[in-house]
Amino acid sequence: MSQEIIDKYTSGEYKYGFVTNIEQEFAPKGLTEETIKFISQKKNEPEFILDFRLKAFDFWKKMKQPNWQKVQFPDIDFQDIHYYAAPAVKSKPKSLDEIDPEIRDTYNKLGIPLEEQMMLAGIAVDAVLDSVSVATTYRERLAEAGIIFCSISEAIQDYPELIKKYLGSVVPYTDNYYAALNSAVFTDGSFVFIPKGVRSPMELSTYFRINAAQTGQFERTLIVADEGAYVSYLEGCTAPMRDENQLHAAIVEIFVHKDAEVKYSTVQNWYPGDKEGKGGIYNFVTKRGLCAGDNSKISWTQVETGSAITWKYPSCVLKGNNSVGEFYSVAITNNYQQADTGSKMIHIGENTRSRIVSKGISAGKSDNSYRGLVKISKKAKNARNFTQCDSLLIGDKCGAHTFPYIESENPSATVEHEATTSKISDDAIFYLNQRGISTEDAVGMIVNGYAREVIMQLPMEFAVEAQKLLSISLEGSVG
Amino acid sequence: MNLLKINNLKAKINDNEILHGINLEVKPGEIHAIMGPNGSGKSTLASVLAGKSNYEVTEGSVEFNGKDLLELAPDERAKEGLFLAFQYPVEIPGVSNVNFLRTALNEHKKYRGEELMEAGTFLKFVREKAKIIQFDNKYLTRPVNEGFSGGEKKKNEIFQMAVLEPKLAILDETDSGLDIDALKIVADGVNALRNENNAYIVITHYQRLLNYIVPDFVHILYNGKIIKTGGKELALELEEKGYDWIINPEN
Ligand SMILES: Nc1ncnc2c1ncn2[C@@H]1O[C@H](COP(=O)(O)OP(=O)(O)O)[C@@H](O)[C@H]1O
Ligand SMILES: [Mg+2]
Repeated sequence: MSQEIIDKYTSGEYKYGFVTNIEQEFAPKGLTEETIKFISQKKNEPEFILDFRLKAFDFWKKMKQPNWQKVQFPDIDFQDIHYYAAPAVKSKPKSLDEIDPEIRDTYNKLGIPLEEQMMLAGIAVDAVLDSVSVATTYRERLAEAGIIFCSISEAIQDYPELIKKYLGSVVPYTDNYYAALNSAVFTDGSFVFIPKGVRSPMELSTYFRINAAQTGQFERTLIVADEGAYVSYLEGCTAPMRDENQLHAAIVEIFVHKDAEVKYSTVQNWYPGDKEGKGGIYNFVTKRGLCAGDNSKISWTQVETGSAITWKYPSCVLKGNNSVGEFYSVAITNNYQQADTGSKMIHIGENTRSRIVSKGISAGKSDNSYRGLVKISKKAKNARNFTQCDSLLIGDKCGAHTFPYIESENPSATVEHEATTSKISDDAIFYLNQRGISTEDAVGMIVNGYAREVIMQLPMEFAVEAQKLLSISLEGSVG
Repeated sequence: MNLLKINNLKAKINDNEILHGINLEVKPGEIHAIMGPNGSGKSTLASVLAGKSNYEVTEGSVEFNGKDLLELAPDERAKEGLFLAFQYPVEIPGVSNVNFLRTALNEHKKYRGEELMEAGTFLKFVREKAKIIQFDNKYLTRPVNEGFSGGEKKKNEIFQMAVLEPKLAILDETDSGLDIDALKIVADGVNALRNENNAYIVITHYQRLLNYIVPDFVHILYNGKIIKTGGKELALELEEKGYDWIINPEN
């Protein structure tokens, strides 16, 4: 591919970069015990949550920022961040009509109308703007099925027993540096509880949006599927274009009981920074699911197109016998983006199975790493893993790396790993050109074909969105 | 009026001149065969006309459909009605044949300012086209050329041609790798698609294809130049005597 072609392709525009003008209420910059008490008090939290936060904070203070991942960035000044930013409303809106029109407009621009027409699409949405959940649609319909779907702040007020039982049960605050930080300062996020034997009648969805400047977003999602339950959950995210880097350090915990299944899909499109690598979101996220009961299943699907730096490893702890963990990922990096992502599959129960399909696509001067761990513990008789890890390079200034780790303590286990690296060939582009398809569209088409196995795992509407996003992210990287 | 007029075309790749001055005129309704030994520049000519970027045109001009062909990007040449059936078709994993073709056809329609074809209408349309070359519908939903046999890939090229209805189609050794039945099907397909407004350039090594697709002209390309042009009987003569009598006439 000619240099000119490649250069032209590295100039895609980010179309979600607008800022919403609403009055916001901030916590003062910086992180101290006072900040944490401020947040807790703002949210009128019970004592046990404040305790949890303060313990996490104590733990965090003793830790160092990790540096083992293959990404590079200046040290983050944690005292230069707002830990709480919220639309200034006196009280939480009771109905959708009470939501600030500016906020509704924001979500409309993002293609997420908060109106009841969402019902038609069969998706219930919890929308998180900066730190606060602004609306949860369809709550009533879900309540009829016994499903709880609300912001985590509300869950703390209304279902303290469930929170006490499950918060931190999959990702303890001692887990890692950013998990400790999140546990200390998390401001909102979503909570889902699917009771015994219930299949959610619609897909549940959270839409995260960072709006305020110099603000970190620390949301926390907790999903619990009781015995025999099923839910498909979608997460989408965007942020305004800003020159500074903004930190997003979230936690997603999934707890799955016997015979239950959770499918978690993400389309991550945080602002990636500009062509020179200025600005963009640091996306440092801990996502983990526990297949606690027998025959349980967790499936992660992610399409990662945004963020200056992505650092996350959605994982499954397969504790129940016959439990299944899946991870399907497309990670695309362009310009100066860096991604270090993959999965961990921890096999504990007998006959546990896991599957990892990772498709990395790098363009521009970006760097894209797959990092994965498959761990088979002593008791995991007949455990099986299959890992397929492919990298696609566009141009010759980008990097692709693969770091697969395998630890097996049980000889009856089967672990298979396949990896490929390829380039988009000039011949393939020319072939499509010859049929009347422009080079930009040709690259989009080839990349979508390459990512097909993962895209197919997404719910229909999301799949269409993801396909567009893949093409858009590469806009300008070939021409 | 000429559909295609190639005038003294010279082209090089990696500083090797491969085409040393080609002249060729093609009118609507005509079929031209280009024959010649391996390495004489037949595929190069086809690639240069289609606009492959690693070839550099150093001299000459090409007029297609009243336009300066060499000024157009490869996808524009295609949308102007130039089609190349590749000697070695490329596999595009994960992209279904129909999706690819619908995108392509709609790009052509957009270019011509016509209404786009939606999925349902398109499906009916391509099924009809598939019949022309007895192309099984199962190939429509499979990824482009992936896992296709050599013969199936060649058939797929003709199928795409049938869908895109070009003004000028260049078939680069479409017959190699086809058994006699497949060859007849492909030839019948081409004959069914021919009309007074379109033209074909058929590149082949074998006279047998020309029994089915009967050319108006046969050109011999050797060492980057057309060294002889004749009627369909020239192909028969070649079959009988080989190339030597033309290349070295004094022997
Ligand atoms: N990339 C290349 N670099 C240098 N020479 C090339 C290249 N590609 C083709 N050629 C040469 O160009 C000549 C013509 O090749 P080609 O057009 O494929 O011939 P034909 O199709 O008639 O068999 C051959 O001598 C071949 O070796
Ligand atoms: Mg050839």
